[in-house]
Amino acid sequence: MFNYSFRWNQALAALPQMLDGARVTLGIALQSMAIGLVLAVVLTLCRRSGNWFAAAIATGWVEIARNTPGLFQIYMAHFGLGAFGIHLSPFTALLSGIAFNNAGYLAENFRGALTAIPETQTRAARSLGLSGGQTFQLIVLPQMLRIAFLPTTNQMVWAILMTSLGVTVGMNADLAGVTQELNARSFRTFEFFAIAAVIYYLITKAVTLAARLVAWRLFIY
Amino acid sequence: MIEIQNVRKSFGSLEVLKGIDLTVHKGEVVTIIGGSGSGKSTLLTCINGLEPIASGRIVVDGIDVHGKGTNLDALRSKIGIVFQQWNAFPHYTGLENVMLAPRKVLGLTRQAAEEIALKHLTAVGLADKLTVYPTRLSGGQQQRMAIARALAMSPEYMLFDEVTSALDPMLVGEVLDTLRMLASQGMTMICVTHEMKFAREVSDRVAFFHRGVMAEIAPPDALFGAPREPETRAFLAATH
Ligand SMILES: Nc1ncnc2c1ncn2[C@@H]1O[C@H](COP(=O)(O)OP(=O)(O)OP(=O)(O)O)[C@@H](O)[C@H]1O
Ligand SMILES: [Mg+2]
Repeated sequence: MFNYSFRWNQALAALPQMLDGARVTLGIALQSMAIGLVLAVVLTLCRRSGNWFAAAIATGWVEIARNTPGLFQIYMAHFGLGAFGIHLSPFTALLSGIAFNNAGYLAENFRGALTAIPETQTRAARSLGLSGGQTFQLIVLPQMLRIAFLPTTNQMVWAILMTSLGVTVGMNADLAGVTQELNARSFRTFEFFAIAAVIYYLITKAVTLAARLVAWRLFIY
Repeated sequence: MIEIQNVRKSFGSLEVLKGIDLTVHKGEVVTIIGGSGSGKSTLLTCINGLEPIASGRIVVDGIDVHGKGTNLDALRSKIGIVFQQWNAFPHYTGLENVMLAPRKVLGLTRQAAEEIALKHLTAVGLADKLTVYPTRLSGGQQQRMAIARALAMSPEYMLFDEVTSALDPMLVGEVLDTLRMLASQGMTMICVTHEMKFAREVSDRVAFFHRGVMAEIAPPDALFGAPREPETRAFLAATH
């Protein structure tokens, strides 16, 4: 009943190809986080703006991002927009889907972080003559990012893992895509996916460690 | 000159200020005393426009604080306020806390702002805490830092809201000394305080607030020596 014999040579020979894929994976994750962070700040500003229309759109975004599968979000970017004549490449669709998801989760993290910043901080800043915008940028935002740093790191890990959903929209350059193609050609399923799993694990660990170093350098107070 | 004319203010159905009239002249020190919840803090936050008012007027140097089109940011840069709770910006050092507004609001260069910050931090005895983050400062030091931060804007008026009430008794003296120094330099000040000895010593006039009404205002000798209103007498008797 168990007649699968392990052969690692072929899989190990493909390692350079898989590492190239890993670089693409990390690249997508980093870009999706950069876009996600900027969008999350915008969503946060919308929710604080007092403009009901902006706030409603932002809240809708956050709700959809957090309460539907990441796979669905990537599908929508690829096939959903395709129905409206907007055709995104697998890379762009994957990046957009993950950035959309990141923005929603990060915005929710920011909302929690904001409640931890006392109202007196804003009052003190406004009393000094700083404008509302300056107060957000110089007083609220830095403190918010610090408080939300750990959940943001978690989201980065999540983003790395979500890139593997790209295979469903035809993405073949990232680690999951490369692995899937190698597997299709060789049927050394276990070996290829085991190596891919180890690489994913190492990337997320490296990212978590790097984040800790950044935090240690950045948050001296 | 700060002119407060028949100011009313409510939070929901609770009327907190019930028609306050008070004029504070240049160089004058007015202290406000009164029971908890009598509206003292609220009045201060109305003076710099942090809180809206329901009716009446507050005019600072001819500018209607709550008027339409009033540039509140500009107005606030000449009204310094130090709050009851410590409110240092935790992510900036002592020096950065004080430099921030002169740079961003007054548009001074880094060097000019640093010079001013250094001067004011030295004056409040914090010259050795420039690179220290507020979490490493004692309550008294944080409060003096907040005073230096307000003074760095070269305000024409200073509002103090029980700046010593969250401090342990050992630290009260050092902060009050800073206020005395300011008063002796001719700063126009409104101080909400529970320190009766201090009020008696530095004030030109002392106002007694009772349930949203300014029940009595008089020079310190008169108010403490011969209070007219029964509420004032009761309050003073209770605090002694
Ligand atoms: N933001 C607010 N929302 C609702 N009610 C408020 C608010 N701020 C103050 N109040 C209420 O207004 C009243 C006056 O408050 P205020 O802080 O001005 O009193 P105070 O004289 O400064 O008292 P204390 O000596 O305790 O500081 C209190 O009953 C208080 O509960
Ligand atoms: Mg108060």
